[in-house]
Amino acid sequence: MEHPLIRTEGLAKEFSGVRVLNDINAEIRPGEIFGIIGENGAGKSTFIKLLNGTYTPTEGKVFFEGEEVHLTVELAKHLGITTIPQEFNLISDLNVYENIFLGQEFRKRLSLLDRPRMKERTTELMESLRASVSPTAQIDSLSVAQKQMVEIAKASAFNSRLLIMDEPTTVLTPIEIDILFDLMARLREQNVTIIYISHKLKEVQRICDRVMVLRDGEFISVDPTDALDEHRMANRMVGREMTQVFPEKTLPENEVVLGVEHLTVPNVLQDISFELHKGEILGFAGLGGAGRTELAETIIGIRKKSEGSVTIRGERREIRSPSDAIRHRIAYLPEDRQGTGILTQFDVTTNITLSSLRKYSKGLIKHRLEEETAREYVNTFDIKTASLKARLESLSGGNQQKVSLAKSLDTDPEIFIFDEPTRGIDINAKMQVFSFIHKLVQEGISCIFISSELEEVIGMCSRVLVMREGRIAGELKGGAIGEESIMQLATGVTQGGAR
Amino acid sequence: MRGLTGTLKESRIVEILRKVNFERYGPFIALLVLFGISAIASPYFLQIRNLTNILRQVSYTGIIALGMTFVIISGGIDLSVGSMTALLGGIAIWVLNGLGGGVGAIFAAILAAVLAGSAAGALNGFVITKWRVAPFIVTLGTMSIFRSLILFASNASVVRSTSSLYPELGMGYFIGLPIPVWIMLLLAAAFHVILYHTRYGRYLCAVGSNERVAAYAAIKTVWVKFFSYVIVGGTVGISAVLLSSRLNSIGSTNAGSSYELDAIAAVIIGGTSLSGGSGSIVGTLIGAIILGIVNNMLNLLGVSPYLQGTVKGLVIIGAVLIQRGRRRGQF
Repeated sequence: MEHPLIRTEGLAKEFSGVRVLNDINAEIRPGEIFGIIGENGAGKSTFIKLLNGTYTPTEGKVFFEGEEVHLTVELAKHLGITTIPQEFNLISDLNVYENIFLGQEFRKRLSLLDRPRMKERTTELMESLRASVSPTAQIDSLSVAQKQMVEIAKASAFNSRLLIMDEPTTVLTPIEIDILFDLMARLREQNVTIIYISHKLKEVQRICDRVMVLRDGEFISVDPTDALDEHRMANRMVGREMTQVFPEKTLPENEVVLGVEHLTVPNVLQDISFELHKGEILGFAGLGGAGRTELAETIIGIRKKSEGSVTIRGERREIRSPSDAIRHRIAYLPEDRQGTGILTQFDVTTNITLSSLRKYSKGLIKHRLEEETAREYVNTFDIKTASLKARLESLSGGNQQKVSLAKSLDTDPEIFIFDEPTRGIDINAKMQVFSFIHKLVQEGISCIFISSELEEVIGMCSRVLVMREGRIAGELKGGAIGEESIMQLATGVTQGGAR
Repeated sequence: MRGLTGTLKESRIVEILRKVNFERYGPFIALLVLFGISAIASPYFLQIRNLTNILRQVSYTGIIALGMTFVIISGGIDLSVGSMTALLGGIAIWVLNGLGGGVGAIFAAILAAVLAGSAAGALNGFVITKWRVAPFIVTLGTMSIFRSLILFASNASVVRSTSSLYPELGMGYFIGLPIPVWIMLLLAAAFHVILYHTRYGRYLCAVGSNERVAAYAAIKTVWVKFFSYVIVGGTVGISAVLLSSRLNSIGSTNAGSSYELDAIAAVIIGGTSLSGGSGSIVGTLIGAIILGIVNNMLNLLGVSPYLQGTVKGLVIIGAVLIQRGRRRGQF
């Protein structure tokens, strides 16, 4: 009888008395792709950190091929348990093979590096993964997907038995995701076991053999993926029936609120022109690097344009800085939450009023007024926080995003640019974000909706502009908006030949 | 039985200690402890004359440390304040002498020092924000420039005031406290209000915490940083006036020497993080006073002045270690 690769028995973890994971009995079979899904805070990350030795369990046992093991980081490494981190651990100044053998270099006599042998082995690895990455390429020069390949090659160079992938596709384009899934299937053939964690149920459905659902630290179910559909997965994750994911679309008015003409930023944006109508949700789709974020940043004055004009309600405006944008009632929700959206060291109140502080101060800041406003946002957005004085670093991703939203909204915008508003947040928070955008539109606010999730763009927008390589590749309306039509424009395959 | 109540009491104390927010009250507790030790160690320490002297000695770098707190919160540093003190002191006395040394001349001298200080700070701020040179480098450069200018202009001599009225400012008392101490306290109150109750204070913290986020949040980060250097320049101007009036002269070679270190040390001991983002004016004030008491005690106890630097250094490093240890412990 074959033992499962990993078996857990009553696995539990507490942090300062708070139980974040409770009584998990799971079996992970050799050579399967085992999906784990759940909302933020469901315990997915805790579970895998118990398996790769980062945490020690408060209760329960872990068995590796039938034998009880007390996992430490070293032991996990020795057993061939490898985690591919979301943020890659690659040194960008070194090249591919130097990274793969970092700290475990092949040596010749006198302890000199055996570069030829390392290169050769790297070539073999890349061939076995069917990845087209040169062993001597600089990490700097690689795409995100290629970097991920290098991470995986690094794992398999040292005979990985169990690969743990935490949200590997958030940074990948659809084409890159296909490549990754091919690779995972081949690893499965080589009897490598994979634990796959994702928010994207469609992908879980596509690649995983079995899927485990966690909710609030509790085990909910484990089933063959075939036995579940996306809808049922979602229901199990949130523990109730999910009705109508996207709010009903509303029709925009005729009035043009924002007009962009011939906007050009050298090497970034080429001759962008479009109009945004009052009460419209205008989608911007495209692959990573197509220039959507850059377009938003140019509109709000963070990037300098070399040509083109912006008109607001028919009047030409020069927006040279984000404070100009706010004066002209344009708000931007940044894509990179921690890098440009919120101050992790600031508390909830001061984050919310950061862009709109002028409203709360005539000379001195009216702290009470500030707090009242913050409390209102906490209530209406259902922001889960210990208090208004809690630093943002203590909030979950979804709640941080809501604070970021509140901050942008408090500037009283008429035009609201959302850049990847649902990145890295759970289903519940996503739906709240959607209904929030829907409410804004009903109040007559006009929205630009940038998203790499095709489903969201299709579900939310009545009109979609697809960008490719800094240009607008095409416009889709109403029924013509679909995954295929968007991807065709985004990749340009209809215009002759794939990339 | 006694042992049992003893341990109970101890655990109670430990519990209370654990509840104390060291990050916030650490400097204050350190001040109290130091004060207590000093009071026991030397009978002279608690004499009013001694205490007011400590405060006066502290006030010159203490005032600069207030401005320095803003600069450090915004993520910068200013190494030029010591040399700037000498240069501005010289300017103040020249203006004073040139205008005859009367009351009007004194006001003109104060105004000149503060304006020149703001201009010097603006020079630092301009190079740092406009040309994007690291604050450490820029102010290291101007540190050398300011000192060289006063040496050149005074021919490396002492610049003497001819006014008999001017020393009143630095020597005088008002309701039991030296005038420089009053000025330090008033400025501290004003800076505290600016830091916690105005937009500028909030923006300083935001810029120091994450400049990109601040920029995306429509904060004019360049101006916020620029003004912090102008402000510290202004405080140097005030300090230079008080110092030169106390001596009725300013020595071009040594006036203000190592003031930058004392000011930065006061800020750090006061709990402001060198990496910026948050800080406390009250902490800085306490930090400056701690340094003053340490110096005073070493004098009273007859420790060689050459060794005082060692003790000061240990206090600085120790203060940072204690604060960091506590901060880590919380996570």
